[in-house]
Amino acid sequence: MQVSLFITCFNDTLFPQTGRAVVTLLERLGHTVRFPEEQTCCGQMHFNTGYQREAIPLVRRFVEVFADSEIIVSPSASCVGMVRDLYPRAAELAEDPVLLDRVLELAPRVFELSEFLVNKLGLEDVGAYFPHRVTYHPTCHSLRMLRVGDAPLKLLRAVRGIDLIELPRAEECCGFGGTFAVKNADTSMAMLGDKLRCVLDTRAQYCVSADTSCLMHIGGALHRQRAGVGTVHLAEILAMTEPGASR
Amino acid sequence: MKHEPIPTRPAIRFEEAARLALADTQLRRNMGKATQTIRGKRASVVNELPDWQALREAGRAIKERTINQLGHYLLELEASVQRAGGQVHWARDAAEANQIITRIVASHNARQVVKIKSLTTDEIGLNDALAEVGIDATETDLAELIIQLAGERSSHILVPAIHKNRAEIRDLFMRRLGIKSLSDEPRALAAVARAHLRKKFLEAPIAVSGANFAVAETGSVCIVESEGNGRMCLTLPKVLVSVMGIEKILPRWEDLEVFLQLLPRSSTGERMNPYTSLWTGVTTGDGPQEFHLVFLDNGRTRVLADPIGRQALYCIRCSACLNICPVYERTGGHAYHSVYPGPIGAILTPQLAGVENAGSLPYASSLCGACYEVCPVKINIPEVLIHLRGEVVRHKQDDDRAGAWPSAEGMGMKLLANVFADRSRYERSQRLGRFGQRFFMKQGYIEHLPGQLGGWTAMRDIYPVAPQTFREWWKTRQ
Repeated sequence: MQVSLFITCFNDTLFPQTGRAVVTLLERLGHTVRFPEEQTCCGQMHFNTGYQREAIPLVRRFVEVFADSEIIVSPSASCVGMVRDLYPRAAELAEDPVLLDRVLELAPRVFELSEFLVNKLGLEDVGAYFPHRVTYHPTCHSLRMLRVGDAPLKLLRAVRGIDLIELPRAEECCGFGGTFAVKNADTSMAMLGDKLRCVLDTRAQYCVSADTSCLMHIGGALHRQRAGVGTVHLAEILAMTEPGASR
Repeated sequence: MKHEPIPTRPAIRFEEAARLALADTQLRRNMGKATQTIRGKRASVVNELPDWQALREAGRAIKERTINQLGHYLLELEASVQRAGGQVHWARDAAEANQIITRIVASHNARQVVKIKSLTTDEIGLNDALAEVGIDATETDLAELIIQLAGERSSHILVPAIHKNRAEIRDLFMRRLGIKSLSDEPRALAAVARAHLRKKFLEAPIAVSGANFAVAETGSVCIVESEGNGRMCLTLPKVLVSVMGIEKILPRWEDLEVFLQLLPRSSTGERMNPYTSLWTGVTTGDGPQEFHLVFLDNGRTRVLADPIGRQALYCIRCSACLNICPVYERTGGHAYHSVYPGPIGAILTPQLAGVENAGSLPYASSLCGACYEVCPVKINIPEVLIHLRGEVVRHKQDDDRAGAWPSAEGMGMKLLANVFADRSRYERSQRLGRFGQRFFMKQGYIEHLPGQLGGWTAMRDIYPVAPQTFREWWKTRQ
């Protein structure tokens, strides 16, 4: 299958290892990866912060860039949620019925990585190896917006060597929320503090999730505290294989 | 009388009020414990219903249909109430509603009224309005009484004193009711309140209530409660005045079937609430012999005009969204400076008071979506929050055009939108960022950012632009 990668501006700029892992994984599974280089940002930050007029050109741009892509996969539940749930709203706001049609036509072809693997391809074991103690934080947008359910957990359970520990109060928000973390920094910190406590209680070496944005929030604080606990995107775990394993 | 049109107008911004609240260790402890407990109770009674999702759908559908034909149903309700011997009053805003109620109380030469817990009367500031003309209003719900005695404002829709624990309530009762010794056992605290209130029930000639539901076809009004104080107010005084937001209307009697299942399970986590009172106009020789129903608009028709925002009017005030909200759990209700706190307050208050008066509230959410999941009438709260944020920014930008200084945030957002609009600008910015960040970087991370962005680095290190972006790596592969 030919898969177009929607990397997100975030991963492209700050976490390229996540994007490289998606490419490694999808190619290992026998797919061809395309990267439309004209892509920039989906406009989520603008839209959710209220700068909706400013987001509309980015919506148009996205629809244009991915117009001829059959399947679009992204390692970000949050940005996929923007395209699937909020692009129709943006098109309505732009009072552009042509854009709305194009958005509605595009949306069902956009998948978050774990739902693509588990729901679309029917895979759980992708041949990964990760010999570490790990806890999984389900991000709000993967859980309640995309409803990926336990797809990421199914993938993680099939990873060889992994010691997967359940995160207490897992479904509670980590306090990121995009610009919420800056505009309401104090409340965000209070939420983050409780999330960190739960992560640390698991004695995991890594906190894994399907969104680098939430991981940047959790991981940035773990690093500040020198907690000795890292964060890793789901794709990076799934891309790892046992040394000497056949591809 | 110096009444603001809507006393829900927040005096200070949410983030500033939250900052203070977050530092209150007793509040954090009380709120954490209370919200976790109610959440658990709600989840267990909701999960035992196999048709819960269908009930939510039904609740939403009934509300949607009713709100879309509100004028029709209000006239039907007015006629039904009048037929049953009640009187109906239409109040455009808080001031009009307070005048109507004050006039009714004064016409009976009454000096005191007893009240059933009612958010709507809090919204219009009724107690203050009555006090100004020398009428003493006593709250008879235990938690409302606590708040009234403490001279505070409610911090929760359903449990107004959720921010207080037993020890704090004991101290309050001893101080305000002149009691020499009292334990902090709930039974003892309730007994003190009961003795205090009994006298009021027997003395007051007039009761004031809100309304959970009002049925258009029969003219019946419904109050749902737990303590029995409402039943006392609805049966003992000679005169009853009920104030209802115009959105509280249900078309048919059988619609109650849906809502009387949705409400107690969502609010107190009970299968059924202890007291459900329904009355229709006046019955000779039984209960109040004079009944007034006040229809309150107070901004609601303006909310109705907004196709996305109007779903806030479906709210049945269950408070499930407050109890599940990770923001509310930590800041408590006072930080919202609104009669309606929590997620529902964040979408209702700015609409009732105008976004220009409550612009920080739509941002008091991480958009985690937990509120939408528990809402018994499926109000898509995150959708309305995002919509209102758009209104806040548009309002600000209109001010900018009128000559005000654009904000740093506004300029930053414009700049970024410009960067993202063009691939080469975007790639140049990545390289520029990588060059510029070296002045902030420490061992591979950035530990301090200036200005508003410093909120981020107060607790978190920030990851820098990668030495090789993904797109740079992709180019090397080809």
